[in-house]
Amino acid sequence: MARPAEGFAEGLRVITANRLDSGAVVWFGPGDSWAHRIAAATIFERAEEAEAALERAKAAAAAGVVVEPYLIEVVRGDDRVRPLRPRELIRSLGPSVRADLGIQAGQQQ
Amino acid sequence: MTHLQAGPYHQAGQYHYDEIDRRFLAERVEQFRRQVERRISGELTEAEFRPLRLMNGLYLQLHAYMLRVAVPYGVLSSAQLRQLAAIGRKYDRGYGHFTTRQNLQFNWIKLVDVPAILDDLAKVDMHAIQTSGNCIRNVTTDQFAGAAEDEVVDPRVYAEIMRQWSTLHPEFTFLPRKFKIAITGSPHDRAALAIHDVAVRARRLADGAVGFDIYVGGGLGRSPFLAKLLREGLPEADLLAYLEAVLRIYNQYGRRDNIYKARIKILVHEVGIDKLRQQIDAEFERIRGPKYRLESAIVDAIRAHFAPPPFEVLPDEVPSVVVAMTGDAAFARWVQTNVVRHRQPGYASVTISLKPAGGIPGDATSEQMEAVADLAERFSFGELRVSHEQNLVLAHVRRDALHALWTELGKHGLETANAGLIGDIIACPGLDYCALANARSIPLAQQISERFADPERQHLIGELKIKMSGCINACGHHHVGHIGVLGVDKHGVETYQITIGGSADEKAALGAVVGPAVGYDEVTDKIERLVAAYLDWRLEGERFIDTVARLGVKAFRERVYGPAA
Ligand code: SF4
Repeated sequence: MARPAEGFAEGLRVITANRLDSGAVVWFGPGDSWAHRIAAATIFERAEEAEAALERAKAAAAAGVVVEPYLIEVVRGDDRVRPLRPRELIRSLGPSVRADLGIQAGQQQ
Repeated sequence: MTHLQAGPYHQAGQYHYDEIDRRFLAERVEQFRRQVERRISGELTEAEFRPLRLMNGLYLQLHAYMLRVAVPYGVLSSAQLRQLAAIGRKYDRGYGHFTTRQNLQFNWIKLVDVPAILDDLAKVDMHAIQTSGNCIRNVTTDQFAGAAEDEVVDPRVYAEIMRQWSTLHPEFTFLPRKFKIAITGSPHDRAALAIHDVAVRARRLADGAVGFDIYVGGGLGRSPFLAKLLREGLPEADLLAYLEAVLRIYNQYGRRDNIYKARIKILVHEVGIDKLRQQIDAEFERIRGPKYRLESAIVDAIRAHFAPPPFEVLPDEVPSVVVAMTGDAAFARWVQTNVVRHRQPGYASVTISLKPAGGIPGDATSEQMEAVADLAERFSFGELRVSHEQNLVLAHVRRDALHALWTELGKHGLETANAGLIGDIIACPGLDYCALANARSIPLAQQISERFADPERQHLIGELKIKMSGCINACGHHHVGHIGVLGVDKHGVETYQITIGGSADEKAALGAVVGPAVGYDEVTDKIERLVAAYLDWRLEGERFIDTVARLGVKAFRERVYGPAA
């Protein structure tokens, strides 16, 4: 496993998906909302909580808001949360080769 | 587009749609518009909609939808490229990505915009059909088709015939897996025939008539195979009957139980080429007849679309080019690498490199696309090509206009003199965009091209083809790179496997792993050490690939990784 950087806690999960209409990356947040920034995502510490929330996220998918929601591992340190794996880290920011595009550039697709 | 036809004639070098084609495309756009509406309204589930969007070239990638636009055998008109530029500006982020399939991908597409985009594409006779799914994909060919000095048969004629035959072919819409066909008409293979499901080598038979050698079962991915010779000297009239037979046998016996074993290469491997040939030949004999006969009148009519443009009678040697080369080292280097000889005296074919040092391989901004469209009009009869090496090509440029063209390209950052050199790297989108990726490929390509940015050093190293993929699907053709780089996910960390000795030309070979996989930060250093070893060891006139062939992979492994590796 990729290890969390020093100072980051382990075993945390958030839910992510892409919006159906735009394809934009979104994160499942309070009140079952979908946010464009991972900072607004609800962080689940317990597996049961995460699974229950995923069921609600799947209902949002069935209603045509998002496509294929899934759980990912994140790490948290200081006030920041970031995905553990490179794939999700890139999804949360935008292409690493185009800092001028994507969430990292303030674009919400 | 299923009816084999000559179509109306407009301009040399390109096939043009007729009213039936246009009506079909318009209906297809309307159909997809309604499908999108039904998906958004919730009437269609994602499971129901996904195959429908894939049939229209629409993928959901990491950050957005990606639309893959078909560029039939890589040939575009200036008007088409301008329209792609406009779509990039209006619906994407002002750029597009040219792929190893000679297509164009837009990375930031919204589902709700797709019907309007397809409408805009249809206005210039373009679409995204059969750029995804288990069907016969865009037929690919030599980027110098119709211009190459060594060409014996113009492959565009037969690529167009195969395009018409395969488009919406009712029997081959749900094959066991996708199916890729490539064709060349030159002895020097610039179309990477050996890595295609079916490869067609067009040539002149003993009596001077056009005929074909057919190869089958090439493909990369998890189980890479080079295509094997299936049939030699197939007469022109039998081309479609024979391909039909190949596809029927594949459709019948190709494995549908395991996605990793579904390509025809696995069928060839498991059944054996001789037995497969018997089955295909039997089917061929059964169906051979008027229905599939490729009539010479049709071939002639389609050939008329690819008649040479109105060349002027010119001397081949152009003193002004020689003078300009003597006075300008940068221009001389560009002529040396990016300009190849043309069959017509006084003309040349020009590769416009989309690989500036530190740039993203295959990306072009809308402004660059518009500039190239204008330059194609001014210098190359309004027609251009996309190469599988992710560059653009102006096929018919007067030699006495080369300096003017180079000067214009320089105004748009398109004058990089590295075609075929170490900076001319094929790289797939990798983890920066692709939902299937394990690791990034673009930033590594950028690092490498920056490390070797010095044009003199690149020219000193000579031909060296680096090809990189962000996962085993091998869209970046890493198996056949002189140096191949494959991204793998090792416990959540981007890691890279380096191979050497691969080749995609007429001496096709699969590369061999040179040593243990390395981390992201080590790849460029390892490549530099491979290059240093080559420069130390090469004999007069040897390219990197020749030195690897002479000395073997082990020598390079020991030099780069040490004797224990
Ligand atoms: S090789 Fe893999 S990572 Fe690269 S474009 Fe193909 S599927 Fe995506």
